[in-house]
Amino acid sequence: MREPASAPRRLTAAAAILEATAQCMQADARVYMMGEGVADPKGIFGTTLGLVERFGPERVIEMPVAENGLTGIAIGSALMGQRPIMVHQRVDFALLAVEQLLNNAAKTHFVTNGVHKVPLTVRMIIGRGWGQGPEHSQVFDSVFAHAPGLKVVMPSTPYEAKGMMVAAVRDDNPVIVLEHRWMHYAEGDVPEALYETPLTGPARVRSGDEVTVVASSFALLEAIEAADHMAAAGVGCDLFDLRVVRPLDLTSIIASVRRTGRLVIIDTGWKLFGVGAEIAAQVTEACFDQLKCAPVRLGLPDQPTPSSRGLARSFYPNGQILAETVAKMIPDAAHRLAEPIKALEALRLRVPVDVPNPAFRGPF
Amino acid sequence: MADDDRTPPTAEAARAATEGTGHDALLRNDLPLALYVDMLRNRRIEEEIARRYGDQEMRCPVHLSVGQEAVSAGVCLALERQDQIVSTHRAHAHYLSKGGDLKAMLAEFHGKASGCCGGRGGSMHIFDVPAGVLLSLPIVGSGIPVATGAALAMKQRGEPQVAVAFLGDAAVEEGVFHEAANFAAVHRLPVIFVCENNLYSVYTPLKVRQPDLPLERLGRCHGIASVTADGNDAEAVFSLTRAAVDRARAGEGPSFLVFDTYRWLEHCGPNYDNDIGYRTQAEFETWRERDPVGLMAAKLQRQGLLDAGRQSELLASIDAEINEAFRFALASPLPEPGEVALYA
Ligand SMILES: Cc1ncc(C[n+]2csc(CCOP(=O)(O)OP(=O)(O)O)c2C)c(N)n1
Ligand SMILES: [Mg+2]
Repeated sequence: MREPASAPRRLTAAAAILEATAQCMQADARVYMMGEGVADPKGIFGTTLGLVERFGPERVIEMPVAENGLTGIAIGSALMGQRPIMVHQRVDFALLAVEQLLNNAAKTHFVTNGVHKVPLTVRMIIGRGWGQGPEHSQVFDSVFAHAPGLKVVMPSTPYEAKGMMVAAVRDDNPVIVLEHRWMHYAEGDVPEALYETPLTGPARVRSGDEVTVVASSFALLEAIEAADHMAAAGVGCDLFDLRVVRPLDLTSIIASVRRTGRLVIIDTGWKLFGVGAEIAAQVTEACFDQLKCAPVRLGLPDQPTPSSRGLARSFYPNGQILAETVAKMIPDAAHRLAEPIKALEALRLRVPVDVPNPAFRGPF
Repeated sequence: MADDDRTPPTAEAARAATEGTGHDALLRNDLPLALYVDMLRNRRIEEEIARRYGDQEMRCPVHLSVGQEAVSAGVCLALERQDQIVSTHRAHAHYLSKGGDLKAMLAEFHGKASGCCGGRGGSMHIFDVPAGVLLSLPIVGSGIPVATGAALAMKQRGEPQVAVAFLGDAAVEEGVFHEAANFAAVHRLPVIFVCENNLYSVYTPLKVRQPDLPLERLGRCHGIASVTADGNDAEAVFSLTRAAVDRARAGEGPSFLVFDTYRWLEHCGPNYDNDIGYRTQAEFETWRERDPVGLMAAKLQRQGLLDAGRQSELLASIDAEINEAFRFALASPLPEPGEVALYA
């Protein structure tokens, strides 16, 4: 990783994404942005605020509500050498653009024998909470990751959100950036300089010997909390931030599982046919005889996301569930993890299930 | 068919469900008053939702229709119960004007098991089968082909029903509007596309998104009978819709109706947002002077059909109904987490 020179400041991930975008647009006149709301007073949850004033409406294009057509238009401009960033306020709206993305964006480099490139970045925001219901809270990381020709990344911290955004814009072929809406609120150290977080493999964020845990996006923030509680009780998690769903590079994770013999993966989306299934399969193929128990996948149950907080009560995995899972995988850990599980439960109960933080007041 | 209890309502079933409501009688005898009562009721319901939203008991997005009541009233009162509507993210007024159950709607907003979707959908998925509210869908444009498909079924079955697709001014920007309009025209389907032009898609004005040409042309280019009218004039909305319904029932095919109107509150949520900079207070004020509810009240007063006594009687009965419905919603239990696995 290229080390940024400047001193870090505390920023939210939303502010980090905004800074990355502004710096990319400043550095490269080919970079422009399109989306529904990119130039409005709310500026995509603050991630595009001020850009239209600074770069003008030719480069910060307020889109008609026409996702598939405009994705094709972005692709056409990219073939001509422009570097479009398209934003969808929900992944669910990007579903209208799946044809252009999975056909033209993903395959043009291939079918033109490498002649054409499609330097397109598509930001899609994953909704959660406040009763948004089945068509405003989907994830689809595994759907986009299923198609050769796309890169799919899921930042989980402000630092990564900025660095991956920059890397996505500089990438010569299409990158889908899946941003969790609740991750926008996360605060962290972010250097001011323009820097890139390479879109390669996962990053280890906590070291431990007893179990390998893989998480991404918002789940990583909960996994860190759980891993720290477990570490204090003497149960060491080797915790990885997956970061890049495609291309999927599991080298470091496989090496870790060889050591720990145990693997837990937390999917942001549905567990069934999810990214966790692919990871479990590849790790099992690589080190079957070093596994001490079967890999465990956590993720959303096999149902659409319900609106009601009554139904959503046990819908999402969380730190407590991760600790309970680990407690079952390691002989004698149940006893050691009793206290951390209680502490994680208390933390969870401090905030209602349908809001990201105690200050949240709705509607989005 | 008869053994499948989830079959969508036939005209007969829907007629049976509405027997004794006096809906048609009211319309025949007293159309202006019926339109007024419908609008006043929707206004009071939306205002009460806005007032209570800060209590954090309705934990879902709400897209309020304050200012746009004449469209839902004029369109839905021109329909029969067995006719079907498909609504959007801004569904409350459509649902209510068509006869959707108020208690089931508010319970849904409260996430309760007694909600019309059992708490699964929230405010953007409300529906009511006996009332002919087939579906509401939160994805822009998504319901337009669905309503068109309902019309296809009506034609195939030879039922004298009509389907209405409600859409906003932004939905015509989606390809799916044109795909559905083309098919409806070719097959002369009994579908009415009702475009509520409130000049904005969220905070983005129409003029940034479309050329400055009448929206109406977008129906006409598909060979569909298309008209534009004042969407704050409930009687005008009613009579144009009636004409479109008559044409549809006579097998003369689809219509595209554009009604110009204005949303008073923020795109999503309970507040006024004229201060955030996407529209001017002056623009808002000119539309508020043309308040659809107030205009109709003034007209009824001039005609001697409404006086202060009648107005306070109306308000008292509407407010009592609303309070009772909120009481019901608040008192209803949340669904059990395990129920989420049903129908998945
Ligand atoms: C396909 C899709 N894109 C974007 C959105 C986000 N969105 C929700 S409502 C809305 C505005 C729609 O405007 P309009 O159709 O005019 O209806 P209005 O809100 O004015 O009633 C948008 C863009 C969505 N729900 N679906
Ligand atoms: Mg609109």
